[in-house]
Parts: sequence; structure tokens; C-alpha cells
Amino acid sequence: MLYREAGQFKSTYAEDQQIFPLRQDRIAIAVLLAFAVFVLPLVGDQYWLSAIVTPFLIFSLAALGLNILTGYAGQLSLGTAAFMAVGAFMAYNAVLRVPGMPILGAFAIGGLCAAAVGVVFGLPSLRIKGFYLAVATLACQFFVLWAINRIGWLSNHSSSGVITAQSIRIFGYELASPAEKYLLTLGIVAVMALAAKNLMRSETGRAFMAVRDMDVAASVVGIPIMRTKLLAFAISSFYCGVAGALYAYTYLGTVEPEAFTLDLSFRVLFMIIIGGVGSILGAFLGAAFITVFPIFLNRSSEWLAALFGIDISHAAVSNIELIIFGGLIIFFLIVEPYGLARLWQIAKEKLRLWPFPH
Amino acid sequence: MNRTATFLAALSLGAAGLPASAIAQNEQFVPANFYWVGPYAPGGSGFGGGIIDYMAMLNERDGGINGVKLTWEKCETEYNNARGVECYERSKKKGPTGATVIHPLSTGITYSLIEKATADHIPIISLGYGRTSAADGRVFPYVFPLITTYWSQATVMVKYMAQKQGGYDKLKGKKIVLVYHDSAYGKEPIPILTDLSKEYGYEFTPIAVPHPGNEQQSQWLQVRQIKPDYVILWGWGVMNPTALKAAAKIGYPRDKIIGVWWSGAEEDVIPAGSAAKGYISAGFNAPGADFPVMKDIQKYVYAKGKGEFDDKSRFGSIYHTRGVVAGIVTAEAIRVAQSRFGKGKPITGEQMRWGIENLNIDEKRLKELGAVGLMPPIKVSCMDHEGSGLVKFQQWDGAKWKVITDWMEPDRKLVRQKVEDDAKQYAKEKSIEPRDCAKEN
Repeated sequence: MLYREAGQFKSTYAEDQQIFPLRQDRIAIAVLLAFAVFVLPLVGDQYWLSAIVTPFLIFSLAALGLNILTGYAGQLSLGTAAFMAVGAFMAYNAVLRVPGMPILGAFAIGGLCAAAVGVVFGLPSLRIKGFYLAVATLACQFFVLWAINRIGWLSNHSSSGVITAQSIRIFGYELASPAEKYLLTLGIVAVMALAAKNLMRSETGRAFMAVRDMDVAASVVGIPIMRTKLLAFAISSFYCGVAGALYAYTYLGTVEPEAFTLDLSFRVLFMIIIGGVGSILGAFLGAAFITVFPIFLNRSSEWLAALFGIDISHAAVSNIELIIFGGLIIFFLIVEPYGLARLWQIAKEKLRLWPFPH
Repeated sequence: MNRTATFLAALSLGAAGLPASAIAQNEQFVPANFYWVGPYAPGGSGFGGGIIDYMAMLNERDGGINGVKLTWEKCETEYNNARGVECYERSKKKGPTGATVIHPLSTGITYSLIEKATADHIPIISLGYGRTSAADGRVFPYVFPLITTYWSQATVMVKYMAQKQGGYDKLKGKKIVLVYHDSAYGKEPIPILTDLSKEYGYEFTPIAVPHPGNEQQSQWLQVRQIKPDYVILWGWGVMNPTALKAAAKIGYPRDKIIGVWWSGAEEDVIPAGSAAKGYISAGFNAPGADFPVMKDIQKYVYAKGKGEFDDKSRFGSIYHTRGVVAGIVTAEAIRVAQSRFGKGKPITGEQMRWGIENLNIDEKRLKELGAVGLMPPIKVSCMDHEGSGLVKFQQWDGAKWKVITDWMEPDRKLVRQKVEDDAKQYAKEKSIEPRDCAKEN
């Protein structure tokens, strides 16, 4: 009843080809964006904006990048953190070494460098698949961190290998407050997410999915396998690279190479597995689950302790959190192996009929 | 449907049920953002336990500082930069005057917080870790790498080796290897040790151990080929006992291995068993439960069934006393700030900054605090945010750490030069105008 396309007629091709063909979806997205742009910066305090929402958006972008590669094009990758590192360090170098470099240009350069690295390490995907490919991308992970640690030029010869992001200036205006940084992040993530959503409906996206489902069949119908796979690596790494640059510039401000360990790659992989493989929404849901939920658990233990006046040892609470978190991951995977995005899809299908299911 | 409703109700309860804790006005809030889980938990829980125990003791014994009770709240950072920043943001507005001071207890988190805390006017105390060049207080007004820094320590290590050899001139032609944790933390001493190698003519080889460091066979085979006169161990967590065991396997004498202070706690040597016997490490605090201040903690906190450790054998361990030292400098700085901005009133972060900058714990004050020998005297100034630089050495005898030297002086001239160079570069990158220290106060 609420969620029905009945009565919405498409009379032009443009209408038929919109990113969100349903009016309800368009309204929902517009409301969500309006809320994120106008309301959140006003009601959210610094803690919410800089410690919760901004990292959530950045990890969503990284998960989105991986989802393009793994979810849509079917190439398993464990190099996400490495691509983020390339993005962060190259954006830093772009601002440092090119006088007058605009910050968005630097982010783009970071993303493009990550894309280049992605293409190089994507080459093995032409011969190997699945877990074997994951091992090849693992090499990327180790190589990139090794290079950043060893090549002094990349960190401007900082003795500890740590880089400090320069201030963010757009047309001479400095973005310094958490709300401004959040809005910049939101803008970039929203544009890139819509672009990804659109891309996946285009010829390129369909080629990705054809390769994912069966590459032999795809090549038989005339999809160039090499180009498609490498393009998937390039686009995916570009997204991860931009996410890495945002991680350095709008979130932490200072990054050491160790921030981008294999651990982070796994986290992003878990995000898309839990959120939903091959779904744009899934990247956001997964990022929310992995980044925000542990904080919620952590705080809720505080509230519970205060509510019931019990004093639990903090070490025990910290360990219990990890246990609950791990348990929930298993629970969700058993209940809904296709991820949280699938749950949303089921909900939408039910909403078509609700409240008159028969 | 029913289940969903219950779930939503529970959720909203959780969100709305934020207990509005009655904020008493005469309280000083100190965040306890440490780590109690993960591979580095022994360090985080020990240090955190020490600082909390000391504050609890002050509350019990003296009723706080001039009547202002100290309060704290724990937040789990997991030694992870992102979580550390989250904890910082969460804790900075708590208490009547916000967070007084922050102890990040991680070099990575310290780096991530330098700019944020400076903007928020909350001082950072990074006790024996963090960014060394923050010792230049003109460029880093809100960052205090108190007592001693990695660079000071590196020079003292070389001095110790020179003493053992019978003078700096005897270092010529000797071989020194640095086995380090491949991270920002591990790489800190390399520039100083390289500079010193040019000055004294020893051969210096750094060997990196990838995180977390539980696989070191190839590194120690390399050590065996080089046959160094000394090995400096710059490890953290599980890397330390692994290194000692690997050294024992290749037969490298343990009393020629000199560890950094983060490689020199009970937790670092006990897992290595007999392989650790004779191993030497640096330190800026002494272990032990017999200092008067430790006895007070025992009497006022643990005897009442409180205290941070369930495992009482950790009482007086290296990490625990290091946390107590952190508690002492924190409380003393609050005292100094109160003496200027109003006794018996909670102070703000800015006032605390003044307090730390004018902190002066001399021998006499150490005696009053009951901490003679536990920590070196410390005098901070606008120019010098390190305050002491002194380092002791200790040796593991198989059962406990034994202090084997008195406080040793670092090569202040060299360290200061490097600190100023690095701070200058940072100031240039960030376009910070260094303060004029003559105009302070």
C-alpha cells in the first residue's frame, strides 16, 4: 500500500531511466539527504559528527569501492586498505608538492594513483580467480605498506613515517570545524554513491555482473574480459583511494602507515559481507554495523550499568562486547546470508502489500 | 511484529535512558581512555590501573585535591586510532570543566589527537611516548611528552654502552643493531642512532620486525651474521618475549640486549621464561610496592577491597607504577594550576596547560609524595615540555627487575637540536607561529 508503483506512469525514456524510478524512493533519498545536510550539522554535536558519522561515511565509501570489485565484478580482494593508503599518501604528496593544488584535485589524484596500483595488482585476475586472487591482492597489501615504510619521499622523509594532513581549503575558505569536514565528506560520498548506483545499471555495470556470474559466457557474448576486470579494479581502487584520502583529511588528520593494515582490509570485507554483497545500500548498512555498532554496544553497557546501578569490571565489559559483536555477526549470517540489504529488500516487498497482505 | 516492537522499545529505552548523572560542581574530570582487551592489554590495563589507583587514593586519603574530587570514566580504545579518537570526542565534554588532560597511551593516537586537542584546548600528556619533537613547547603548546622522550632514551642507551665499554672512544668500530617494531613508534630512534653512529664511529644496522612481531627467525639470523656488540630492542607487546626467545635460540647473550622502556615490563619477560634472564632494559620509573606512595595506595584503596587489579600480583609491577607516575604528574599539575587559578575549584583545560607548563617536582616534593626513586625530578617550562630526560637501567634476574644504574643524563644538546629542527619543520608545514617563551606567564 505504502510502497507501490501503481499510478506512476513513465511517459518518457528519461523518466524510465532515472536512478530511482519509484517516487517513494526519490522522496526517501531526498529527505535523507536533506536531513543529513541541513539537520544533522545543527543537532549533532562534535562527538556525533567527527567520531561517528564522518568515519561511518568514509568506511561506507571504502566498502562501496570493494563492493564494486567483489560484489559486482566478482573479484575477491584483500587489498582495500592498501588502496586507501595509496589514496591518503598520494593526496598528501599532491598538496605538498604541487603549489596551489585544490583539495578536491588532490583527492582525485589520490584516487587515480590508487586506481593505477589497483590495475597493476589486478593483472593476476586475468589468470586466477577466487581465493587465489585474494592471495595475489594480499601481496598488494604487504607491498604497498612496505613501500610507504621504506620510501621516505612518500611521507616527506618524516622520521616516524607519519603524515599530517594539510588544512583543507576550498576557494580560500578553510574547512576546520567538524561540521564543515562532515559536509565535505557527505558531499563526496553522496556524489560517488549515486555515481556508483548509476554505473551499475549501465553497460559497464552489466558487463561486471556478467563477468561475475560466468566469465566464459561473458566473453562468448562479446564482453572484453581483460578490459572489464581491469576497469573493475580501477574503479574500485579509485573509490578506496578517495576514501583513504578522506580518512586522512577529514577524519584523523594524521595517519601512520600502520592505520592501513590487513586488519582494515578484513574489516571492509566484513562490511560488505554483512551489509550485502553486490548492493550499494549494503555497503552503507555494513559500514554502519561494523563501525557504529561496537560503539553503541560500548555505550549501552555504560547505560545499563548506570541504569541498574551495577558495577561490572571494565575489562570484562570490553571482552563481552567483542563476544556479543562476534555472536551477532554469526547470527546475521545464519538468518540472512545475503546481508542486511536483503532484509531491506524483503521489507520493501512486504510493504507493497502491507497492511492488506491477502 | 511483536518481536520488532519489543526490539524497538528496547532500543528507544536504551537511547532515552541515558541517565542524566547529577554533575557535582566540585569535581575534576580526567578521562581514562586506555585498553583492556587485545594484544596490548597488559600495558593498557596496567598503566590505566595505576593512574586510576592513584586518583582513587587521593580521593580517599585527602578528599581530592584541595577538596576537589577527581573523577574519571573508562573508555576502551583497543590501541586503535579510530577508537581512540572516538573516546577522546566522547570524553572531552564530561565533568563540570570538560576533560582536564588526556593520556592517549599510544603513539598513534597521540599523533591523531595533537591537532584536535590543541584546537579544543585540552592538554595531552604523552608520558614516554608520542611525538618527540613536541618537547618544543613553543610549537606544541598543548602537548607534553613528559619526563623523557624516545630520542633522549636513545642517547642514554648509547651512553650506557659507552660506559660498559669504558668510554665513548671505545665505541669506534663496534657494531650496534636495532631490532624494531615496524611502526611510527619503532622508527622514532633511527635518526638519532644514525647521527650518533657518525659521531662515535660505531656501525649501525636497523632491522625491522613486522607487526605484531611473533615471527622473528630471519631477523635474528641476520643478527647472528652481523655479530653485533649490542642489540637495542625496540619492541611492543608480544614482540618482546619472542625476541628474547629468538635471541636465546641463536645463543646471543641476553645481557647485551638493551630494551626500550616499552620492552621492559614483567609482561615482556615472564613469557620468555629463562630466556629472559640477564636482559637489560631502560625505564623512567622503578617497579616495586615498597614506595610510601604505593603503600598508601595499598592502605587506602586495596585494603578497602577496591583497586583496579583483580590479580594482586600485578600491584607494583612496572606498568602499574608507570601509571602511578602518570597519576602523580597529573595531580601535581592540577595542584599547580589551582594555586594560581583558585584553590578548591575545578580547573579548565587551558588552566591545566598552564599547570603542566609550570610543573616542578623536585627532590623535596618527591619526598613529600613518597615517590623518591620511583620517578626522576621533573621541571617543565614553556621551552622544554619534556621536563627531565633522565633514564635508569634495570636488569631482569629471572624473578624480578633490578635497577642497576642511577638516573642517567641524555645528550641534551643533540636531542634539543633535533627536536627544534623537527618542530620547526612542523610549524612551517602547518603555518604555526611559535610562541615567544619570554612573554609567557
